[in-house]
Amino acid sequence: MLTWVPIGVTIGFAALVVAIMVTINRLVAPRHRSPVKDLPFECGNPPSGSAWGRFSVHFYLVAILFLVFDVEVILLIPWAAEIRRLAGFGLGEALIFIAVLVVGLVYAWQRGALDWD
Amino acid sequence: MMTAPFPALGLILLLPALGVAFNIFLGPRLGRRAVNFAGPAAIFIAFGVGCWAFATLLAMPPGSALTVTLWPWIEAGSFHVDFALRMDALSAVMTLVVSGVGALIHVYSAGYMAHDEDYARYFAYMNLFTLSMLILVLADNLLLMFVGWEGVGLCSYLLIAFWYTNPEFAYNGRKAFVVNRIGDAGFILGILTLVYVLGAHGAWTLAFTDMRAHRDILAEVWAPFGVPVATVAGLLLFLGATGKSAQIPLYVWLPDAMVGPTPVSALIHAATMVTAGVYMVVRLNFLFILSPTAMELIATVAGVTSFFAATIAIVQPDIKRVLAYSTISQIGYMFLGAGVGAFASGIFHVMTHAFFKALLFLCAGSVIHALDGEQDMNRMGGLWRKLPITYATMLIATLAISAIPGFSGYFSKDLILESAFNSGHFKLWLLGVITADLTSFYMFRLIFMTFHGSSRVDPHRAEHLHESPPVMTIPLFILAVLSIVGGWVNLPKGLLWGDAFVRFLAPVTGTYHPMIEVSGAAISLIALASTLLGILFAWLLYIRQPELPGRISDALAALYRTLLHKYYIDELYNLVVSRPLFWIAGPVLARRVDKGGIDGVVDGSALTVENSGEAVRRVETGNVQHYVLVYLFGVIAIAAYYVYLVIR
Amino acid sequence: MTAFNLAAIDIAWLPICPLIIVGVSAMAVLLAGVRVRDDESQGLGVLTLALIALAFVFALGLLGQSGIAFAGAIAADNFAVFFELVILISAALVVLMSIDYLPAFGLSAAEYYALLLFSTFGMMLMATGGDLIVIFIGFEVMSISVYVLAGFLRRSLKSNEAALKYFVMGAFSTAFLLYGIALVYGATGTIKLGPIRAALSNPMAGNPLLLSGIGLMLVGFGFKVAAVPFHMWTPDAYEGAPTPVTAFMAVGVKLGAFAGFIRIFMVHLGPVSPDWSIVLWVIAAFTMTVGNLVALVQVNIKRMLAYSAIAHAGYILVGMTAAGSQAGGAILYYLLGYAFTNLGAFAAVIALERRGVESDLITNYRGLAVRHPGLAAAMALFLLSLTGVPPLAGFLGKFYIFSAALNAGLVWLVVIAVINSVISAYYYIAVIVAMYMREGEAVVGALGRRPAVITALAVAAIGTVLIGIYPEPYITGALHAFNSAFGAALPRTASILP
Repeated sequence: MLTWVPIGVTIGFAALVVAIMVTINRLVAPRHRSPVKDLPFECGNPPSGSAWGRFSVHFYLVAILFLVFDVEVILLIPWAAEIRRLAGFGLGEALIFIAVLVVGLVYAWQRGALDWD
Repeated sequence: MMTAPFPALGLILLLPALGVAFNIFLGPRLGRRAVNFAGPAAIFIAFGVGCWAFATLLAMPPGSALTVTLWPWIEAGSFHVDFALRMDALSAVMTLVVSGVGALIHVYSAGYMAHDEDYARYFAYMNLFTLSMLILVLADNLLLMFVGWEGVGLCSYLLIAFWYTNPEFAYNGRKAFVVNRIGDAGFILGILTLVYVLGAHGAWTLAFTDMRAHRDILAEVWAPFGVPVATVAGLLLFLGATGKSAQIPLYVWLPDAMVGPTPVSALIHAATMVTAGVYMVVRLNFLFILSPTAMELIATVAGVTSFFAATIAIVQPDIKRVLAYSTISQIGYMFLGAGVGAFASGIFHVMTHAFFKALLFLCAGSVIHALDGEQDMNRMGGLWRKLPITYATMLIATLAISAIPGFSGYFSKDLILESAFNSGHFKLWLLGVITADLTSFYMFRLIFMTFHGSSRVDPHRAEHLHESPPVMTIPLFILAVLSIVGGWVNLPKGLLWGDAFVRFLAPVTGTYHPMIEVSGAAISLIALASTLLGILFAWLLYIRQPELPGRISDALAALYRTLLHKYYIDELYNLVVSRPLFWIAGPVLARRVDKGGIDGVVDGSALTVENSGEAVRRVETGNVQHYVLVYLFGVIAIAAYYVYLVIR
Repeated sequence: MTAFNLAAIDIAWLPICPLIIVGVSAMAVLLAGVRVRDDESQGLGVLTLALIALAFVFALGLLGQSGIAFAGAIAADNFAVFFELVILISAALVVLMSIDYLPAFGLSAAEYYALLLFSTFGMMLMATGGDLIVIFIGFEVMSISVYVLAGFLRRSLKSNEAALKYFVMGAFSTAFLLYGIALVYGATGTIKLGPIRAALSNPMAGNPLLLSGIGLMLVGFGFKVAAVPFHMWTPDAYEGAPTPVTAFMAVGVKLGAFAGFIRIFMVHLGPVSPDWSIVLWVIAAFTMTVGNLVALVQVNIKRMLAYSAIAHAGYILVGMTAAGSQAGGAILYYLLGYAFTNLGAFAAVIALERRGVESDLITNYRGLAVRHPGLAAAMALFLLSLTGVPPLAGFLGKFYIFSAALNAGLVWLVVIAVINSVISAYYYIAVIVAMYMREGEAVVGALGRRPAVITALAVAAIGTVLIGIYPEPYITGALHAFNSAFGAALPRTASILP
């Protein structure tokens, strides 16, 4: 039974934090509603055009491609930090990892994801 | 006890199996003649091999058996089952009856189905049916027997619904299958019980001989239930038997099974299928005998079924329906014999019944064939001049089923009634005697209405009335002879070779010891008087004063309607079982829980999504949230359980 | 700083050869297929098939080994190999079903086959994983690939709906699994299965961390095997996904998920089985009952098969509840038969699809027996096996599982299971009735020009019958495979060649 105490404390603490934040917000935050404030926020500018405007799907592809390199960097930095200890084995693993990512890149390239038009 | 390997037993199964393959794959291409030859030939040769095996068996000392292990089948840890066949006295008799009568029915079918386009499929099913039944009787273990058991269930379904274009026929096929499945559930549970209990004692087997050797385990009281294991297993297995052998409460499928081609009915009623339950009980006699409860239940169910079905049979207008209820009633006799401990008498009646019931159905088929599909006896009458062979053979069968001395049915029914009496079951005996009276009444009613009196046949049909071709009448002759002499293998004790059949089976079925000594002749005379009374009534009502039945049914309208509607049992089952099940599945679970509860917020079927883009958003929000809700319910339930575990 | 001890990892390439082959194949197919036109992709399918066959041969060569590799991250035992083999067979059958399906529906083959191989890789990894993290990675690789595959019919709203629902629910339950793994780690101090088992030998019953972890993992796996009440996504996802993918979801995903589920629970959490077997009891009973009852009223065959798959998961859970080697062997045998049977049924559904048109209503099957007796007979065979009619694989599978459960004393659960299998006969036979006894115009695209589907049907049919009629080697193999999983719990018993 006693062993449940930590779990109970965790759950209780999580709930408490949420409650406190919401309450503080309600107490502290000033609320002056005006038509201007109800407008969608657009970096301080008057909103222009529809919020549902379309933009090219290429942006999406580029974002995905960026992920490939993003993940690469995240995983290679720890390896680089320990490069001496990991020695040849680590190098091999890193190369395999990069090779897999290259396959992804080559695929995207061949599929035409890099062509803007 | 002596066993000898006899690999040719495999042929008895192989030949019908080849017949099935031939008829399915080559039949439609090679044409009607090839199928008409191959279908019956496969069974005939199997019958021949059966005879050879039987002769071999006879030459060996009593209690011997022929065996063959075709291949090891299941091996799971210590549990071991072979695909093995075993022919002892009991299975030898059944094999000969199944393949012999089956072969005659096949020959007859060649004539009966002469105008049907689907002859190849028909013979394939018939071969498969016979094959399944042969597996059932030759199996050396309970599991292989179950294969045959399910096989005949499947084939009956296929054949009852043979003319599947008629929705009612298809429905009846389905009904037979479903009702049988209910019984099968009992059978499976029975098998599992045996595996469980025997396995717990280290006897990992389902082979009959091994199970018999472990009788002591089965006799033990099983703690969770407080009764012997044999009672639990026996009752479950008997539930299976009531399904296959059409006893109360699962008999409802058999009368509706009439919609198949008539030779199929003959096969179901005489050679295969319905005798499976009786055979199973007799085969496991060492188990049932350990449980007086189960035996008593079998005898009671049998006696009541026998009487109950006979009362329904006396008012049915449909010629095949009368025969169907008579089968239920006769199987009641067989179970009665087994239930009072005289297992051999049950099998004896299985055999004689196979002869005369096959004959009755084939004769009925001949009548129906001649009348171009007419089955209502109110539109028959006076046919004996036009169908002399059918009439003569059917009369012999009727005399046999009515147990007139000298005919086969007399010997077997008499033996059963005598055993019922001298085992002390007086009430059941009395019920059996009354049933004998009803039996002869409804059978002679059938004969009189069909063949005697003035013709009520539709003039159109009367024009081309004709006797059936030889291919159909020859099996009738053979079966007629068997219906007479078939019973002579077991003359009453002390007469010539008296009791030969029972003594032959004794090593398998055990010897029956009467509890009371009575004069067999006296018992026999009472039954005979009852039978003759039935015939007299039939004569009075249907020959002497044909207007009387109508007046009686008017006077006793309520009773008559109840009988005509078979005590409304079908309606009752429908109300109590089928409707609630469909209600739970349909309105409750499907519509309310699945549709109403989950898809309820939006009509989430993807079809509407395709139709209106507007719905897409709503599906995404409404539906998945509900899915998650149910999901979370599960999570909370599990969490609650664990919290309970710890707090406790 | 201590030197990194490579020797302790005991790198052994051989046990993961099939995994490497499948993984590399996926990438190779992806690159090789880039320039392949959508309507000429049959060659790519054949290439995929050949690569799967290669992996299969390597996996066969691994039979009989036992031990752990990569410091316990990989369990090299017959349990893993058994599942790898069955998963590869399933993948091969799915490829056979897809070869003509993809061009007919205009789907891009390179991505399709690559994703198929990636998810196969994930499944195999789940079967081979020796620690919770590796199993989790396998779980995710499998899942994410299948999410995408489910939505592969990009222009079909149903398919999109399937993918989205599957993904949302899947992501949701992944969190449960991961949290469960974390808590078990917290309770036992290790993620490696062998040491977890060892840790549990000390009395840990009632440890709340462990119990919470077990509960959460039950939820995560319960979702993947579609157990009630975590099954809600199944019908929608099965109905909307392209049919070969549905087949793969119903068989492959189940195989992978059960491989991990069984290895974690039945083998390594065995010492605390009282903590989870009652929960599984309840889940199994509900899963069978809800699956079968709701299947009764379905009109769409893919939906019906989805509910049927839920019900079958319930039967397997009965075996898991029973615990012990007899039940374990029974489950493995059941899964083998289930793979052939269910893939066969889906292959028949695919055979009924014509260029770009799915005919997946049960009414579409009316009169099939007249027009295509062979196809109808095969479908009937699979449905009968699903019902559990002897001598087909489905019957013995149920028989083994139920008798194992009886041996474990679960009388009432078996009663529920048997009643359920009686109920199930109704909706399976309904399709047979439609095929054989109803008038109708079941239309089948030219089967003669689709040899791949025919091959899949034939292989599945032979498997279904063979395993049922001659089960002896398979049940022995399954039992042996299950028992070998315990070996990996111990320190290395046999050396594995590098």
